[in-house]
Amino acid sequence: MSASSNYQQPPKNQKYLTLSGLEPLVVTPDSNFINVGERTNVTGSRKFLRLIKEEKYDEALEVARDQVDGGAQILDVNMDEGMLDGVYAMTTFLNLIASEPDISRIPIMIDSSKWEIIEAGLQVAQGKCVVNSISLKEGEAQFKHHAKLIKRYGAAVVVMAFDEDGQADNYQRRIEICKRSYHILVNELKFPAQDIIFDPNIFPVATGMDEHRRNALDFFEATKWIRENLPYANVSGGVSNVSFSFRGNNVVREAMHSAFLYHAIKNGMNLGIVNPTMLEVYDEIDKDLLERVEDVLFDRRDDATERLLDFADSVKGQKKEQDNKVQEWRNDPLQDRITHALVKGIDAFIIEDVEEARLASTKPIEVIEGHLMIGMNVVGDLFGSGKMFLPQVVKSARVMKKAVAYLQPFIEAEKDGKQEFAGKILMATVKGDVHDIGKNIVSVVLGCNNYEIIDLGVMVPPEKIIETAIKEKVDIIGLSGLITPSLDEMVYVSKSLEKEKIDIPLIIGGATTSRAHSAVKIAPHYNNTVVHINDASRAVTVVGNLLQNDSKIYKNQIREEYDAFREQFLKRTKKKDYLTLAEARKNKFKINWNTSEIVKPAQLGIQIIEDFDITKLEEFIDWSPFFRSWDLHGKYPAILTDNVVGEQATDLFADAQVLLKRIFDEKLLKAKAIFGLFEANTVNDDDIEITIEECHLERSREVSNSTSAKEGLDCARPDKYNFLTLRQQSKKSEGKPNIALADFIAPKASNIQDYMGCFCVSTGFGTAELAAQFEAEHDDYNSIMIKALADRLAEAFAEYLHKEVRTKHWGYAKNEDLSNDELIKENYKGIRPAPGYPACPDHLEKTSIWNILKVEENIGVKLTESLAMWPAASVSGYYFGNPEAKYFGLGKIKEDQIEDYSQRRKISNEEATKWLSPNIAD
Amino acid sequence: MSKITDQLRKRILVLDGAMGTMLQQYSFSEEDFRGERFKDYPSPLQGNNDLLSLTQPEAIAAIHAKYFEAGADIVETNTFSGTTIAMADYDMEDLVYELNYESAKIARDVADKFTKENPEKPRFVAGSIGPTNKTASLSPDVNRPEYRAITFNELRVAYKQQVEALIDGGVDMLLVETIFDTLNAKAALFAIEEVKEERHIDIPIMVSGTITDASGRTLSGQTVEAFLTSISHIPLLSVGFNCALGAQQLKPYLQRLSNETEFFTSAHPNAGLPNAFGEYDETPEQMQSYIEDYLKDNLINIIGGCCGTSPEHIKAIAEVAQKYEPRKLVVGV
Repeated sequence: MSASSNYQQPPKNQKYLTLSGLEPLVVTPDSNFINVGERTNVTGSRKFLRLIKEEKYDEALEVARDQVDGGAQILDVNMDEGMLDGVYAMTTFLNLIASEPDISRIPIMIDSSKWEIIEAGLQVAQGKCVVNSISLKEGEAQFKHHAKLIKRYGAAVVVMAFDEDGQADNYQRRIEICKRSYHILVNELKFPAQDIIFDPNIFPVATGMDEHRRNALDFFEATKWIRENLPYANVSGGVSNVSFSFRGNNVVREAMHSAFLYHAIKNGMNLGIVNPTMLEVYDEIDKDLLERVEDVLFDRRDDATERLLDFADSVKGQKKEQDNKVQEWRNDPLQDRITHALVKGIDAFIIEDVEEARLASTKPIEVIEGHLMIGMNVVGDLFGSGKMFLPQVVKSARVMKKAVAYLQPFIEAEKDGKQEFAGKILMATVKGDVHDIGKNIVSVVLGCNNYEIIDLGVMVPPEKIIETAIKEKVDIIGLSGLITPSLDEMVYVSKSLEKEKIDIPLIIGGATTSRAHSAVKIAPHYNNTVVHINDASRAVTVVGNLLQNDSKIYKNQIREEYDAFREQFLKRTKKKDYLTLAEARKNKFKINWNTSEIVKPAQLGIQIIEDFDITKLEEFIDWSPFFRSWDLHGKYPAILTDNVVGEQATDLFADAQVLLKRIFDEKLLKAKAIFGLFEANTVNDDDIEITIEECHLERSREVSNSTSAKEGLDCARPDKYNFLTLRQQSKKSEGKPNIALADFIAPKASNIQDYMGCFCVSTGFGTAELAAQFEAEHDDYNSIMIKALADRLAEAFAEYLHKEVRTKHWGYAKNEDLSNDELIKENYKGIRPAPGYPACPDHLEKTSIWNILKVEENIGVKLTESLAMWPAASVSGYYFGNPEAKYFGLGKIKEDQIEDYSQRRKISNEEATKWLSPNIAD
Repeated sequence: MSKITDQLRKRILVLDGAMGTMLQQYSFSEEDFRGERFKDYPSPLQGNNDLLSLTQPEAIAAIHAKYFEAGADIVETNTFSGTTIAMADYDMEDLVYELNYESAKIARDVADKFTKENPEKPRFVAGSIGPTNKTASLSPDVNRPEYRAITFNELRVAYKQQVEALIDGGVDMLLVETIFDTLNAKAALFAIEEVKEERHIDIPIMVSGTITDASGRTLSGQTVEAFLTSISHIPLLSVGFNCALGAQQLKPYLQRLSNETEFFTSAHPNAGLPNAFGEYDETPEQMQSYIEDYLKDNLINIIGGCCGTSPEHIKAIAEVAQKYEPRKLVVGV
């Protein structure tokens, strides 16, 4: 936690101009000159005007971003141009800026001579802005009216030295107008004095006209007077005006700006509009030139102007070198280049830089331990302090791996060099589970922090974990899993480790794991430390703490924390009331079967889809879970503009699009599906009996032009099958039913023929090979990316197929017209619950679906011993078509239902308990 | 000097706890929400908690009374969603004035009853002004970042109506709270200033922002100090934070706020962070001890609870608040 902030705390008896964008800006006497960015001004920049006129707001935003990157602390925005709709342009541009956190972190100066444009700007900026400007030009009444509103909108204000008689052009007029304005604002309107910024007019000098000779000097003196006589007021101005008569001669202009600024600041000007690229460093101004400039500014000689003109003629046409910003970092010292490449994830020059480092080192290993680790430590610090996000770190790791791979042959040739790691960590997705995205991310992040990772992959049996842990003398064991049976497997692994007297800390992670589960179910069985890690960013800290020299204190602390958590958890488990299974069945979800709308499927039987055109799935993708798998939390598409992770989310999304396009163009992944629609009726309350009457099996080869060829298949299967459903048992409030999926199908006793379906889709064929290929290229980023995308495509395929079933194959919703958003929100009629999810947590139901559809034989998707699907990017489930069918969570069930279920399933009570344990009430 | 300022100089005042959490215990059905009056209303009304001030006023009064009994000095009116913008979800825009007016009256009556019983401990009513369900500085559509679902002026008009009704109903102060987007809050403050000017009145204003997560920023992206800078142009009674975080997580931000502001400070945190099961389960004792840390460090003038807090929490907070001196204001020249 960073308790410190950059915010300078003002002493309470002082009053400073304080502004804000997403971050505050306090102008104290200690502040350096506050620079206002001026390029987002249509009156001052032809380029910006053109971009706004042509509505090229993207490019206009880049102008703003350049200003912020260039050090502007306030951004001046001006849309005053006759041919522009100023209100529209101001509103649009400021709204766009608000979506760019790196721009909107600084305050806005709303610059216009038209009140309606100023007000439009004030209405769209959340921070404290500056209005530029108001004046007494149109009289006191209007001045007061505007000032009052500006105060109410919560902005500071620039007041021009201008009154009913015109612009102040000498010292006396300047101070008179400023004094009068100040009095009205502070004494009559109670406008905060520190929120007033005077602009006493910067006019050109060296124009050749006598009345302009004191222009700079008067400004300096008026500024000094204001700062001494009008308490808390600030002074600002547009500096480039001063050199107006030397347009086209940048050498002289830059010197004039710099010298003017230097003296204006000395006299008390504390903010202003300066183009930083048009500014020479004061100390570096040619001494002869400086003298001539200062003669002009201070009106020191009668021939000052001529002397400056002479100098100007001598340097005309000198062009200043333009640095190419992109390549600038390539000129930095070697270590800075390597660090830059790692932090920014740029791999274009890394081999060349690493080679240079190798040649300069005595041993190649020193490059890893020195140059590269220094860079990765910066990455680690930035990540740890929340200034880098996961996708960036994975990109950094890609650069690191590339560099290490290049050095490896040299290190091996040396023989005696061996990389010193901070620790050895075993990582495994437990037996029965195939999900490894999260595990791989944690591995990469730890790898970045100089831990040696031994990754045993997926479906790792406990024996192998134990064997490897002993053989490799690992320091930490990491277990990961996504499906609920993996929770039990982890408990089993921890018990096995304990039995083998293994004394190595255990870290637990994965989507269904929780601190509650780790504390209550795992930690009590294991002597060494058990820590649950909920996101990759925590992994580094936890592992670091576990492996520090004296880790006892940390370990004890974790143990105590988990013990306390467990006790509290067990205590807090509220006494919930449950119904007996018989009572729950009486309170089932009731559908009036005489009036309920039941549609016979257009085609009963089983259909297979092979060679599916995967590009059709793009529009069905639900992106939010994709970001979640990268530890970026938020809803798509809002996440792309999120203030904290928006930039990363946008980058990640762009990279995903690139790979997705490759998947589509090069047909990298294969999608297959199988589904069946059957006659169905509920029997014995909770079972659904389906009939496979004619055993109709069709195989359709969908190709991109969607012609399809069909072939009939033989069938040799029993013609009746039971799906077993589970019923909610917790006591509900009055009128709420205890639901089971079986309630959505007409009971046999009603003599009404009903229907249901089941399906399996997969887009995972090819994923493993591609991931392996990326890993071979040291590209963990894309290896993880391909898996995450395959998962999304599988979900999209399930969504797509469900729609096809609703509108065609079953056809109960022929006229449905839903957007992808509405699909994600599950606004469709009927449901497609999946075994292993809340409505039917029973994974064994997958075996029924596999038996009925012959899934493995027909499309090649397998079930593991924990009943995870392989390839992992697969989805299976049922179809219910009744309009009243809805998703629900089973919740906890009691022993009587376990017993009843085990008889129905024809398995032992113990086995049933094992499979359903996450749902059994204590 | 208003009565409330007087009290605030003397002691730490206690704000009430969650209204929603308490209402859940009633398990009101759709019919209960409708009552007799809205029996045939065309839209579903369950979940419209503000409406309960009209259809279940006894329940609302009972909850206010429970919090006063627990030791609260200030209760918030049941008007968190009392704007035409939020009420559009239920097609109840036309009822906004009545909802706010009646809610204010219910709280007023209960407060007056308690004050009468114990004039030594005067009780106050804060008119709750929520964030609405739309944001003025964030686009809901990523493909149109320049788009806004609501404008400053629409917010200003809606807030003005709510403010007028709350004042007519007799609130002692206004509480602009759970601020996700500072621009929404600025519109509310603008509206309040308009009402003050038109009616030639002054009414204390409390402002309470929401730091959404460990990033330490509001949903609209501002830091603690930027937020404070953006709302300090109006003379406020207090500024503080509520919701999203528990008392423990909120402390560093409160510390920063307390250092920077010349106004009184307030906090009404949640009962901890939601647990693995999405519930708030910080006990009154735990919350009390975290809040005692605020008090030890002298951070607070007004303290209460948000999501997941109950009269038991408020009782525990009130007990410990009694023992400490209020934070002293350092007023600028």
